[in-house]
Amino acid sequence: MQLELIRWVYRLKTVWAVLLSLLVGAWLIRITGHDPIESYKALFVGAYGEYWGFSATLTKMSPLLLAGLAVALPYRVGLFNVGGEGQIYIGALFSTLFALWLPGLPMWLAIPGTIAVGMLGGALWALIPAILKAYRNLNEVIITLLMNYIAINLVSFAVGGPLRAEGAPYPYSDEVGDSYLLPIMMDGTDAHIGALFGVLAAFVIFVVLKYTSIGFGMNTVGANPHAALYAGLSVRRHIIMSMVIGGALAGLAGTFEVIGLKYRLYHLFSDGYGYDGVVIAFLANANSLAVIIASAFMAGLESGANVMQRAVGVPITVIDAIKGLVVIFVAASLAFSYQRSGLVKMINRRKRLNEALSASALGEDRV
Amino acid sequence: MRQDILSVQSLYKQFGAVRANDDVTIHVERGSIHAILGENGAGKSTLVSMLYGLLEPDAGKIVFDGVEVSIESPRKAMSLGIGMVHQHFMLVEPLTVTENVVLGLPGSWRLNLKQHAARLAALSEEFGFDVDPEATIAGMPIGMQQRVEILKCLYRDADLLILDEPTSVLTPVETASFFEVLRKLRASGKTIILITHKLEEVMALSDRVTVMRLGKVTDEVVTQDTTARHLARLMVGRDVVFKIDESARTAIVAGKPPLLTFRNVRARNDRGYDGLSDMSFEVAPGEILGFAGVDGNGQAELAEVLAGLRPYTAGEIKLDNKDLSDYSVSDRIHTLKIGFVPEDRHRTGLVLDYSVADNMVLRNFYKKPVKGPMGILNRRYISEFAEEHVVKYQVKADGIHQAVRRLSGGNQQKVILAREIEAGPHLLVVSQPCKGLDVGAIEFVQNTLIAERNKGVAIIYISTELEHILAICDRVAVLYKGTISGYVVPGETSNEEIGKLMAGFREADSNAA
Repeated sequence: MQLELIRWVYRLKTVWAVLLSLLVGAWLIRITGHDPIESYKALFVGAYGEYWGFSATLTKMSPLLLAGLAVALPYRVGLFNVGGEGQIYIGALFSTLFALWLPGLPMWLAIPGTIAVGMLGGALWALIPAILKAYRNLNEVIITLLMNYIAINLVSFAVGGPLRAEGAPYPYSDEVGDSYLLPIMMDGTDAHIGALFGVLAAFVIFVVLKYTSIGFGMNTVGANPHAALYAGLSVRRHIIMSMVIGGALAGLAGTFEVIGLKYRLYHLFSDGYGYDGVVIAFLANANSLAVIIASAFMAGLESGANVMQRAVGVPITVIDAIKGLVVIFVAASLAFSYQRSGLVKMINRRKRLNEALSASALGEDRV
Repeated sequence: MRQDILSVQSLYKQFGAVRANDDVTIHVERGSIHAILGENGAGKSTLVSMLYGLLEPDAGKIVFDGVEVSIESPRKAMSLGIGMVHQHFMLVEPLTVTENVVLGLPGSWRLNLKQHAARLAALSEEFGFDVDPEATIAGMPIGMQQRVEILKCLYRDADLLILDEPTSVLTPVETASFFEVLRKLRASGKTIILITHKLEEVMALSDRVTVMRLGKVTDEVVTQDTTARHLARLMVGRDVVFKIDESARTAIVAGKPPLLTFRNVRARNDRGYDGLSDMSFEVAPGEILGFAGVDGNGQAELAEVLAGLRPYTAGEIKLDNKDLSDYSVSDRIHTLKIGFVPEDRHRTGLVLDYSVADNMVLRNFYKKPVKGPMGILNRRYISEFAEEHVVKYQVKADGIHQAVRRLSGGNQQKVILAREIEAGPHLLVVSQPCKGLDVGAIEFVQNTLIAERNKGVAIIYISTELEHILAICDRVAVLYKGTISGYVVPGETSNEEIGKLMAGFREADSNAA
């Protein structure tokens, strides 16, 4: 009983880490000469407790949630997808091209079509590092990271040149047609239904991983790739599948930014959502349902920060500092482990995957 | 009067119920090559770990250079002049030879690598090592890396070098030049303790041999006065216990066509050399074919080739007249019905974080009936299957949802056996199934396998533990360097004969001699 209690304390360590970072954040707010309690009240009420603020949180949550899932799912197979940012850009580029190419489509075709094409874009962008990992065992962290810059610049080139709207003062594309605009959840706000899609995706992933044989296979590859080969699974296929699905989800995030929020493609439109996704997946320990909560929290910090600045006068940069603290404390909390720390697990998982890949370089070619 | 550099007197070391070293006494003469010979698990590694300060003896005395010493750490061992080269090298790959050698030396304020390099070059010259101190370790041939390891010891003024299975990683050519190095070291007055299970090395190289078996010293002899045959018998032991009654053994189906045939099969090992070379054999349904031999002679490769985890590069394997190369791992499980109990339970056979129940369906969760409609796992089926077979296979666990990590080795093995046998195999490949198990579990495993054999399953039983093989196999093939050096029928062949085959003397050779 007592043991069970201690175990729960450990299980909730991410929560303690977040609370601790808010506590240190309070001290930072104090230094800037404001009342921490007043400021946090403004922040959280502004983010969750009030119509306009909550709509802003939901708007932010859409890309964060999807980007979080884009990291969390491949991680279950032992892969670290740092390429969410690039996949977001390519997804947005693909969906913009589709929307501008067929401006007259009716809504029932336009929106599903854009979503499909945007997901395809993200998936294709993730397919490259996935194939390099599966067949040549090249480090996916480096490849996805570097491909982000290619993607960002590709979009900048597109909207600065061939796609640039006529007379635009700034590199952006033409507006997409009316039939492409994603429905809004809350009247009079920006809150499009993207976050809803994200929640749905999170539940689907949760169910697939927990209850289906596909999920069992993915978990097995992540937990012990040698045993997965022995069980008759193709480790390569699982690597590619999980990366491609992750890329598709990030591509979807990019699509929603275009057809849900900005209605056109801007250069540098994503402010590091793909990287925030890494933090969120990390906060959630790669559990897709926890990703919902973690992304709601991070989105709330972002949107609440504006409210806090307006109402109390605390500079937004304090929130950036708090976000940094969250990362540090959550990382530190992994050192306190009831059994085996998540970080050790994660490192071992990657190590074993790499070993199995070099082993299966022999075996899988044949079969 | 002999001059001993090291004498070990009545050393004891116990791990749990196992006496890894039981009254071990050894005298090592200065300036000699002293071999310690024994099978896997004979206690050789335990002994040298105590000499190098990695383990502490429970009782006994170590006398080095005429003085009784207690070696509580490797640092102490080094300061006494004892150096050790482990089976797996302890080198930092991106660094140069000099940097690796200097690493861990007591430091001074300034590190003069040039000076160290010059001294190393001289040392290398002196023993004919041909090692370039400026070269980086990565990309160096294994044989060279080994010389660097030895240089490391010599640079620390080691008088006594302990080499743990030094040739296990070397190619035949590298081995030959390695022998030369050892002879030069001996000529310059160094003493070498050579841990090995290879008879030929002992005969070729050593001055004296201590043979160990089951933690005890069986004999200490002068190499010149003995024969490989005699050593083999000392190593394998005289008395083999037959637990299985002989009437069960004769149930072999005579005249039945073989289920599995190997024709001139070759496969590479992990290092890219021949793991299996020209392997041919047949197994009939209802037969247990044992594969004996010293570890590293093709055991792992044979099992992996059959399971589909390793490709074969030449030859033909047929099961039931079907060419094995046409079938993937999962086809072999589900279509050809090949069951496989892998050697490494933790790395391959199980997912340690999974529950007992999930591990029981590890190789068929993607097939009906475990996979239900729409790909949803049939949890009820899994639970019922697990509940039933936990009882049938006497798996001791806190329920079927306990992680297998928490189970003992024997119970983990039972989970694997349950899974592989309940799949209804036509061919069952078992690799080292009794490694690390207690007596009760071993008996259970063996009885289970015999019951399967009697049902008509063809079984390939690979083990380095000769007693187990002799106890349950109908025929035994002895592996040597990736091929079969001879067949043995338990009860009809002396251990001497088996030992000879294990050392690579072919039947034809012995006739000639």
